[in-house]
Amino acid sequence: MSPVYIARVKEVAARSIGGEMMIMSARDSMLFSLNETATAIWQAADGVTPLAEIVRRRVCAQFEVDPATALRDAEELVEGLAKHGVLKLSNLPIEETP
Amino acid sequence: MGCAIAQDVVIEIGAMPMLVRTSSPEFLHILRERYGGFVNSAAQPVFEFEVEIVRPGSIPDAIGDDEDLSVRFEAGRWVLQRGDFRAELDPALRHGRIWQSATPYAIDAAFRIVHSLLLATQGGLLVHAASVVRNGRAFLFAGVSGAGKTTISRLAPPDATLLTDEISYLRREADGYVAYGTPFAGELAQPGENVRAPLAALYLLAQGTENRIGPVAEADALREVLRCVLFFAHDSELVGHVFDSVCNLVQRVPVRRLTFVPDSRVWELIV
Repeated sequence: MSPVYIARVKEVAARSIGGEMMIMSARDSMLFSLNETATAIWQAADGVTPLAEIVRRRVCAQFEVDPATALRDAEELVEGLAKHGVLKLSNLPIEETP
Repeated sequence: MGCAIAQDVVIEIGAMPMLVRTSSPEFLHILRERYGGFVNSAAQPVFEFEVEIVRPGSIPDAIGDDEDLSVRFEAGRWVLQRGDFRAELDPALRHGRIWQSATPYAIDAAFRIVHSLLLATQGGLLVHAASVVRNGRAFLFAGVSGAGKTTISRLAPPDATLLTDEISYLRREADGYVAYGTPFAGELAQPGENVRAPLAALYLLAQGTENRIGPVAEADALREVLRCVLFFAHDSELVGHVFDSVCNLVQRVPVRRLTFVPDSRVWELIV
C-alpha cells in the first residue's frame, strides 16, 4: 500500500482556544474542532512524514491505542479534512509551494 | 435644459466617515433623514461613494431576488450585487460607485458590507447583536434572529444608552474593544446613539424561565460568536482576519450566557 502524506493547507485559519484546536476553512467558512489526537496529527502534517509514521510517533506513543485502529481512524480523519479543503493528501511527499 | 449638481453628505459610523455624493436631492434628503445622528460634515472621509439613482429594474447587471447578495473581488475591486443595487468598490482608491433606486435600504446594505470589509483588516467586527452603554461601559447581547435582541433593548432602563438593537459595531483598540453606536436598526426601528464606550462583556442571549448569567467555554463562545458575525466575502485572507478577530475577542472580553424572561429585572444583572 502506498504511503499517505498530509500537509496543512495555507488558506485556513487555526487557533487553539480553550484547549481545543479550532480550524476555519476560508473556502466555505466551515469551522472544525479537533480533539487531542486529531490535533497531534494536524500539527505534524508537514507534507513529508508519512501518515503511518505520524500515527506511530504522535498518536500511539502518546495515547493508549491499538496501532491498526489508530491508523484507520487517522485515515478517516484526514480524508474528511481533505474533502473540506483544509488538508492536502498525496501518495508522494508534498512540496511546499511559495 | 437643467443639469443636476452633485451634492454630498458625510456619514460617520464607527469612526469611519464615508462621503456619499449624489445628484438626486430626493436621495440626499433620504440620507440626511435616515442617518441624522451620524452625519458629520466636518469629518475627513476615509471612503467616497458616487451614488447614481436609477429606476427600479434598471440596475446594471442586476441579479434577481432582493435577498440574493453576491460579493466578489475581481480585478482589484469589490463587486456587490443584490436585486436592488450594484456597487463597485476600489479599496486602494477608497472610492466606490453604487447604482440603486432612491431608497435607504440599498445604501444601508452597502454600508454594512463596506464597513464589514474595511473592519476585517483592522481587527474589528460587525455582530448581530444589540448593544447598550451603562455606567460608561458597553454590553453586547448577541444572537441570531429571534434570540431577543430587540426585547432586551426595549427592557433597558432609562439610564442605559442604546447603541443598536440589531448590528453592533466593534473596533479593536490598544487596550481592548470599543463598541460604537450604529444607525442599523432592527424591529425597534430606532437608530442607536452615536456614542462609543469600552466593551465590558458580551452576552449570548437565550430565553428561559428565569434571569441568570452562566459561563460559556471559550471554544463554545468562538462557535457562537462566529455565527453572529456579519461577513459576506469568500476571500481567504479576509476570512482568516475575521476568524482571528473573533478568537481575540472571546479571549479578551468576558463572554457569558444570559438567560432571561421578558422582564426588565434582567437589567439588575447587567452592571
